[in-house]
Amino acid sequence: MKPPKFDYHAPASLDEALALLRRYGGDAKVLAGGQSLMPLLNFRLSRPAALVDLNRIPSLAYIEERDGQVRFGAMTRQRTIEFSPLVARRVPLLREATKWVGHLPIRTRGTIGGSIAHADPSAEYPAVLTALDGEVVARGPKGERVVRARDFFVTYLTTSLEADEILVEVRLPATPAGAGWALEEFARRHGDFAIVAIAALVVRDGARCGAARLATAGAGPVPVRLRAAEEILERDGLTDAAIDAAARRAAELVSPDSDIHASADYRRHLTTVLTRRALTRARTVAHA
Amino acid sequence: MSATGWIGKPVRRVEDARLLTGRGRYIDDHPPVANVHHAAIVRSPHAHARIRGYDLTAALAVDGVVGAITGEDVLRHTKPFGVGVTAPVHYYCAATDKARFVGEPVAVVVAKSRYVAEDAAELVRVSYEPLRAVVDPERALEPDAPVLHDAVGTNLAGHRRLVYGDPDRAFREADVVLEERFRFPKYGSTPIETYGVIATWDAFEGVCTVWSNFMGPFIMHPLTARVLGLPENQLRFIVPPDIGGSFGIKTSIYPYMALIALAARLCGVPVKWIEDRREHLLASSSGTDRVAYRELAAKKDGTILGMRFRWLDNVGGYIRSPEPGCSFRPTGNFVGPYRFQNLEVDASIVMTNKSLTGPNRGYACGHLYFESEGMIDRLADKVGLDPAEVRRRNLVPSDAFPYRTPTGGLYDSGDYQAAFDKALELAKYTELRREQARARAAGRYFGIGLALAVDPSVSNMGYVATALDPQFRAKPEYLPKSGAVDSATVKVDPLGRVIAILGTTPQGQGHQTIVSQIVADELGLTPEEITVVDEMDTFTRVWSISSGTYSSRFGSVGTSAVVLAARKLKGKLVEYGAHLLDVPKEQLTFRDGAIRPRTGKGPSYSIKDLAGRAHWNTESLPEGMEPGLQATAVFGFTVSKAVDAEDRVNSSNTYGFIAEVMAVEVDPETATIKILRYVTVHDAGTIINPMIAEGQIYGGALHGLGGALYEELAYDEDGQLLTGTFMDYLVPTASEAPTIDIAHVVSPSPLTPLGSKGLGESSSMTVPAVIANAVSDALAPLGIRITELPMTPTKLWKTIEQAGRSHAAPRAGHPRPEPNSGTPLR
Repeated sequence: MKPPKFDYHAPASLDEALALLRRYGGDAKVLAGGQSLMPLLNFRLSRPAALVDLNRIPSLAYIEERDGQVRFGAMTRQRTIEFSPLVARRVPLLREATKWVGHLPIRTRGTIGGSIAHADPSAEYPAVLTALDGEVVARGPKGERVVRARDFFVTYLTTSLEADEILVEVRLPATPAGAGWALEEFARRHGDFAIVAIAALVVRDGARCGAARLATAGAGPVPVRLRAAEEILERDGLTDAAIDAAARRAAELVSPDSDIHASADYRRHLTTVLTRRALTRARTVAHA
Repeated sequence: MSATGWIGKPVRRVEDARLLTGRGRYIDDHPPVANVHHAAIVRSPHAHARIRGYDLTAALAVDGVVGAITGEDVLRHTKPFGVGVTAPVHYYCAATDKARFVGEPVAVVVAKSRYVAEDAAELVRVSYEPLRAVVDPERALEPDAPVLHDAVGTNLAGHRRLVYGDPDRAFREADVVLEERFRFPKYGSTPIETYGVIATWDAFEGVCTVWSNFMGPFIMHPLTARVLGLPENQLRFIVPPDIGGSFGIKTSIYPYMALIALAARLCGVPVKWIEDRREHLLASSSGTDRVAYRELAAKKDGTILGMRFRWLDNVGGYIRSPEPGCSFRPTGNFVGPYRFQNLEVDASIVMTNKSLTGPNRGYACGHLYFESEGMIDRLADKVGLDPAEVRRRNLVPSDAFPYRTPTGGLYDSGDYQAAFDKALELAKYTELRREQARARAAGRYFGIGLALAVDPSVSNMGYVATALDPQFRAKPEYLPKSGAVDSATVKVDPLGRVIAILGTTPQGQGHQTIVSQIVADELGLTPEEITVVDEMDTFTRVWSISSGTYSSRFGSVGTSAVVLAARKLKGKLVEYGAHLLDVPKEQLTFRDGAIRPRTGKGPSYSIKDLAGRAHWNTESLPEGMEPGLQATAVFGFTVSKAVDAEDRVNSSNTYGFIAEVMAVEVDPETATIKILRYVTVHDAGTIINPMIAEGQIYGGALHGLGGALYEELAYDEDGQLLTGTFMDYLVPTASEAPTIDIAHVVSPSPLTPLGSKGLGESSSMTVPAVIANAVSDALAPLGIRITELPMTPTKLWKTIEQAGRSHAAPRAGHPRPEPNSGTPLR
């Protein structure tokens, strides 16, 4: 479990990092927190010619609120997010999701940009980005472009980022008043990737449900936005019956795979169970 | 004899300061060996393939590579290891003719660093002719199954049918006969420290020195010497002071010791190999997976008349010693804590294209009790009795000890009824049953499991011969085997400091602490005053075939050797003191580090004083006393006897007892098992250090939980390992640990000077049983009984689904629709 030979670069600026990516023409890997990439290297499953380490670029780590969005520098550590008062106040769903991310040492190194760019469909952050219909900012040789969550994840471990682009920022809409949220996850052990997780957010509007947001982790090759289930709630409100209907609809919207940990049937079933549980809890939060 | 009472106290472990600050002295920390080079092992990607040839050209051309060896070298320069059966299985330290499991070593590359060695290992070309693979032990015995070993002609490595009492009559006369099929999974131990070996050859004396974290039994030393073609006194095994956990697994490192020694010899440099985690999961060792067919005969009052066991134990691609201990290690305690006399055991040892097996904490007992305790619950259900009551009616009574089992075991001491009662009381069993009734009425799936087990410690090496036919054992050239032996030396230096020397290969169990407590008590000192050196070296330590720490040995054997050595030394000191004081030695005692009159009145000599005089002035010794203040004792159990003509054997030497109660709730929607209550009561005789004992119980319980819920070395039908990383091979962590209520009952062993028994495997052998019984009880309203481990949520959910009570989601699958974004969140 020793990685094959690679060049190592630790640029001090983003421009330098982008220049390096260009120089290796798609044969370099960007190193953020290293919690997924390092094992891939040690297993020799990934054999890049070079690593471009972003850890020496201080400008990539920040959390700020602007234009109704909370914006995260790509190198913001999960541990920082876990304890950020701004995140707790303005994107509480992300804070709740962070508690499910790995273990303390992993969150201490792991970054929001790394987690999203790695695009593991069982990870929590891609589910939150999808549920909240957030955006990522990619910087490349031609400048910056903003990519919406639904256009970002392509399939397992694959995004629409170009080889010469770096994900520099993640933008999540701030949670409006009257909202309730919950992330329900089923994993075999604490800290594991989800077998299935459901990120939910509902906005109460009097007796109605002004908006509902649902997305999955672990229920297919990419996080799945459960729009048709959301529509049931936005139409019928947050009654038990509507939640139940939405939960049942959710299972029809996913195409999970079988693996060593769970069968596709079981994942589909969990999608219903966890959607119901997440919505029920989110409703309680919204009424609190 | 003055006992100052350190035994029984939770003395803090002297090992912890170094272990917890990362300063342990493990194999990888071994001081650099001059010119040491590093090995990378090339492993078979095929589960079953004939090897047609090797091409090392590209690998040897890599800068920094000094050499490489292949199966051809192994065939030319080594012999196969002896195996525990008569079938002609040729087990070499690497594949020679065929690869028989994924991960089997086929070549070794030696280079200046591990990085370079791994780079070059990728360039080794092995020409394989892939063959059909078989992984299931029942499938492997079908006539059209691929055969792994042509010389054997079948995948059956061994088979024994053992009959005790009159099982046929028991089944004929039974009111109730129950049958069940069980499956037990293949899992290991995943010690934090993996295997490690450093080997070097001395060109002048012809000695091969192998440093490794081998844990014993040291029978593997003469076996390895034979494989390497060396006389025993030219092969030196050295084990560093610390081993980072083992739980049985490091018994099976010995083939790598031979392989790396051969690489060092042929490449002409000292060679170091530290197994990585991928290698460990792929190809170190594990327990067997087993298919078991069980039958139980009983009277309608719940009295068990007899049992039949039919086992297929899957030992993987070769049978590697000490297998087939997987079937026979518990021979003496096959009947567990119950007094039935009639038993038939039909054991098949099957080879398939999986990795090899060996001792794994609880060696074969997790399997045994999972099946037996499951059958007892079925019996309770059948005869309409509470599971606690059925067990009570069948227990070996408290006044029956020492108790001889029908299979030859000699249960040295115990009070099973008292320990069981204590467990039921601690768990508030009656109240739990009421709580269960309320929960069931509310539609919840709440279950209570019980498990009882005889906890065997200190295997008698003689049990391995149970695998052989009695006719074979009756041949004049056959040498019977028996024994459980270890040694210790205690010495006093010229300034009165005491050092105890052992070679018990501690793996984190706190041997130094335990020894310091024992010696302190014997010599009237404090544990801090005792230095304990525990480093095995076959050239300098006193050892025997069964030496090492495995089969929960140290608490019985190692400690007994220490007691005997300390007493021997004390006897000498008392005799010397009596000579100096000119009083009869009976009038003297040892207290507070000094030898003094029992009356408390009169002159005394401190150990320091005595030691100074004895070392500096040998003229002061009584006539005939040997100079020097040290004593070496070798302790061996006299109850270790060879297996008899009726296949009876006292397979262990001390036998503890475990009684457990667990309450669980199953969430039928997610199939999650939540442990609500877990009580475990142990009788391991005298407890030397309750803190260490508790640690062993926690670890054992978690290990058992791993096998019951999480861990499995799972293979696909082609023999590819599906759980080759810690992402897929799930080991329970602190977060998964339930609260454990531990209590002890103490029935001192009459066979050991301290009355202690082993405790290292403990609840690893009961948790699979107790949790399976609890989950079965929880799901009884659905008609579900657990017959297979691990109980993964996906499997359990399917079972619940099939029981027709689930809340299944609609099955219609739709492609992911193009999402619209909904109302903006503003």
